[in-house]
Amino acid sequence: MSEHKIDLTVNGHRHSATVEARTSLGEFLREGLGYTGTHLACEHGVCGACTVRVDGVAMRSCLMLAVQANGSEITTVEGLAKPDGTLHRVQQALKDNFGLQCGFCTPGVAITLATVLEDNPSATTEEMETAMSGHICRCTGYQGIRRAIRQLAGEAA
Amino acid sequence: MNYHASSVGATRYVGERTPRKEDGRLLTGRGQFTDDIQLPGMLHIAFVRSPVARGRIVSIDMGVAREMPGVQAIYTQADLAAIPVQMLSFFFTPIESPVTLLADGRVACVGDPVCMVIAESRAQAEDAAALIELEIDEETPLVTIADAKTGALVHPDKDDNIAAEMGDEDMLEEAIQPLLDKAPHVVTHTIRHQRIAQSPMECRACVASPEGSGEMTVWMGCQSPHLAARYVAHALGMPQESIRVIAKDVGGGFGLKNIPWREEVAVVVAARLFGRPLKWIEDRFEALTASSHAREQEVTLTIGLDDEGKLLAGWSDYACNNGAWPMGEDANIAVHMFMWPAYKLPAYGFVTRGWYTNTMGLGGYRGPWAMESLIRETTLDKAARKMGVDPVELRRKNLIYLPDQPVTSNMGIEVTDITPGECLEKLVANVDIAAFRREQAEARKEGRYLGMGIATYIEPTGSAGAMQPMTGETVQLRIEPTGKIVAMLSTHSQGHGTATTMAQVIADRLGVAYEDISIFEGDSAIGAFSPGAAGSRQGVIAGGATWKATEMLAEKVKAVAAHLSNASVDAVTIDGGMVHVEGAPEMSRSLKELAEIAYGEPARLPEGMASGLEAQFRYQPPPMTMTSAAHCCVVEVDAETGFVKILRWVSAEDCGTVINPGVVEGQIAGGLAQAIGQVLLEDMPYDARGNPLAATFKDYLMPTISDVPDFEYLHANTPSQTIGGMRGVGEGGAIIGPPTLVNAIADALAPFGELGGEAGEVTLPLTPSRILDVIEQRNVSGHQAPAEKAVAAPVAEEVPAETVAVSPETEPAPATASIDGDWDMTLKAPMGGQTFLAHFDTEGTSLSGYLSAPEGRQEFSGGTFEDGRMKFEVKVDKPMKVTLKYDLQATADSITGKCKMGMFGTAKVNAVRA
Ligand code: FES
Ligand code: FES
Repeated sequence: MSEHKIDLTVNGHRHSATVEARTSLGEFLREGLGYTGTHLACEHGVCGACTVRVDGVAMRSCLMLAVQANGSEITTVEGLAKPDGTLHRVQQALKDNFGLQCGFCTPGVAITLATVLEDNPSATTEEMETAMSGHICRCTGYQGIRRAIRQLAGEAA
Repeated sequence: MNYHASSVGATRYVGERTPRKEDGRLLTGRGQFTDDIQLPGMLHIAFVRSPVARGRIVSIDMGVAREMPGVQAIYTQADLAAIPVQMLSFFFTPIESPVTLLADGRVACVGDPVCMVIAESRAQAEDAAALIELEIDEETPLVTIADAKTGALVHPDKDDNIAAEMGDEDMLEEAIQPLLDKAPHVVTHTIRHQRIAQSPMECRACVASPEGSGEMTVWMGCQSPHLAARYVAHALGMPQESIRVIAKDVGGGFGLKNIPWREEVAVVVAARLFGRPLKWIEDRFEALTASSHAREQEVTLTIGLDDEGKLLAGWSDYACNNGAWPMGEDANIAVHMFMWPAYKLPAYGFVTRGWYTNTMGLGGYRGPWAMESLIRETTLDKAARKMGVDPVELRRKNLIYLPDQPVTSNMGIEVTDITPGECLEKLVANVDIAAFRREQAEARKEGRYLGMGIATYIEPTGSAGAMQPMTGETVQLRIEPTGKIVAMLSTHSQGHGTATTMAQVIADRLGVAYEDISIFEGDSAIGAFSPGAAGSRQGVIAGGATWKATEMLAEKVKAVAAHLSNASVDAVTIDGGMVHVEGAPEMSRSLKELAEIAYGEPARLPEGMASGLEAQFRYQPPPMTMTSAAHCCVVEVDAETGFVKILRWVSAEDCGTVINPGVVEGQIAGGLAQAIGQVLLEDMPYDARGNPLAATFKDYLMPTISDVPDFEYLHANTPSQTIGGMRGVGEGGAIIGPPTLVNAIADALAPFGELGGEAGEVTLPLTPSRILDVIEQRNVSGHQAPAEKAVAAPVAEEVPAETVAVSPETEPAPATASIDGDWDMTLKAPMGGQTFLAHFDTEGTSLSGYLSAPEGRQEFSGGTFEDGRMKFEVKVDKPMKVTLKYDLQATADSITGKCKMGMFGTAKVNAVRA
């Protein structure tokens, strides 16, 4: 199994590491660097729980290899809130609307919605719901997530 | 007891949409799930699983695997057997199948764990696992319930493939059929429910770390760390204190994680054997194909109605697939117990069986008895269509309303305060059904097919005191010397938000700020035993415990303040963390000041009062608390594609005191989404060779945001008889959701014909192609209902073995031996085998004695003993009033026979000399 040296930035912190070629980015972030906020729930690209932002793009970290992230800037759920603890508006909207229960799917949901809004701060409800359709949540029946999306789009939740 | 009376402080918390305490950590990636645990020296486990459904293990070649990098050990059952284990059901009764942690010489389903590889990394463990060669002498598997009825024994040491059975077949002929024969309207309906993979987003997970001398800390995805600790301790014969289970955050349970199962216990055993911390994280392929499954069942219900639409009698025949290794053999008696308490049905009978097959074992899933609502509500709608009456009117004629109560159901369940009728009225008052019918008629003219479905139900929640692990809940509460509040709870949240709701109760009843309360739970070292999230119980029981403990603490605070201020207790109030004395504002003190005195200067306390500001209360609620609801949904079925779109969904539920509407609605919504998945999407099919066919989330279709509409909620709030007045709400959506949606689809399809054809055999999920079967009146889906048609009356010859192991009537009468003295007797009762001590005294042909279990002792007399045949009756009150009629045959050292348990039918009995 070949090993590779990679350098990358996660939530503003620079990291260097040697990884096996087969290690997924998600596994590396969790086990290698301790960013356990990223969750792996299917490891085959369907559920969205593992979503992180790689160079501004929402990526499924279970489908991307750590070596592919060499040189990248990555944001995980740990990096969404301000250093003073102020929640990102996506996090706040999820909290305001009971958008999570067990919280296992939540990191991926938060990253996806934050990325949509990063690309387009006035994204519509439809755009955010479409992005959300790539995420599975077993707990909430999506009610609170949908209300959070409406709040983020400036509609009545 | 009604919270509306008032909150203690000026700020009300109970009933508010208070933001959740759990969200802060979960939203920022600071939760602690089991896979987040890393320990020094920790090794990783991968299981080797059987690729075939049934067969004898010929050889296991581990030669290459052992040489793989990082591999530390490979265990088989022969290795794990060094530590004896007795697997138990949720009720802490022994599992009746010969289940072992790893396969013991035979495999009985695909996914059966055979070996366990321990390696330095998970990847290395998986690499080595892939190189282990299993040679299995493959046999023809039994996959379906129909297979189980005729095929070779799944467990060769059993008499038959019946894992569990209840009910009284004779009752059909004796009591029910005559009533059906006289009924002007008789409707029969069958539902075949697919197999469900519970699919919490966090798969199962376990880390076990051996510590000290024989102690163990275990992190486990579970539904109660207390129950998990007690289970492991019982299963391994260890003292409970030697096992500490920690489950800070768990990514959903839904019944799958009710009890630790083979893999989790194997991790604990292996950690003891190997002496190092071990971690197992199930992957999604394992979770889908090799975690216990749920729901696969077939039921036929026949009801008779009079010309006015009043129910006269009902009979049902129920079967569920237990797989090879169920988490407890189950005939699902609860389906029958809870089918009718909300309705006036004078006579009901049933047979109910669980069948062993060579498929993954049966586990729990939100509302395990939900089939009662699905079959009843869909049959009622079918009856309404056949009779040309309005489904709401048909329900009104038969539902129980508050003035009808107390009333005892045909299964002996007394209801005193249920509101299914009132919920239906509330629903109907808020949904303009007439307008919908006009819209529906207009739409049909345009070739658009709208449908409306309504369903009503009641749900038993907060059960305590009748079954082993279903206990009360304990709360320990303390005002710290800082003036802040700390609560240690027996609860557990896998998303339930118990820290939030319990803190709301404390804030409300004590008069302190929600933010000043810290809740600790999720660790068997914290608080006391409870089964956690199982049976919609935490809000009811822990809520009541917290309510009462907080009031006890508030009383103490007032007594201390009154004493210090020389005032009467009645003059003291607590608000916003301050303690005030009426008419003496200068006497106001903060809780911090009071706490400092209570802990640090006990001499200033009233004489005889314990120091500190602490309270503990264990709440034993009424045995059961009922929740009621009526739901309505509107769908549009696309006649071209068979696609169902849900347009509207309204819930009118009565869960008593609502602590937090956001949490309550979250529970309802989560259950409804699962219901939508069950009716339209999810399916874990098996092929004829016993292979599970949905191996990824691309095959197993979970509902996404585009499948779930906005839900509307109407809360009725009839306080229950518990402290605080709560009623449970955890499972309801998953119970009432399926019939509501199936009824709406059937209504939409009515112009084409009955869903499931005239025979009325509905197979779930209702995929677009199955819906096109109805629309196009041909077999679009390729799904053929199994040839063997379910009939209302059970056909005895179809059953391979007799109900009773040894039938007293046919067995040659042995020479009469004395039966006097003590016997260890086992009764195969609804909740698993019950073992107790039986003592018999004979005098001539008269028989008396007693049955004794830890829960109590029942004397009996007036029995008979002739030619070895023993007949006697015992009256019991728990969990319901029933007379047990024993009919047994004795030899010198064994007794076998049956026990007739009233409406619960017949159970097998055997006994050996104690
Ligand atoms: S874990 Fe990556 S999509 Fe599911
Ligand atoms: S909150 Fe549990 S899976 Fe989404």
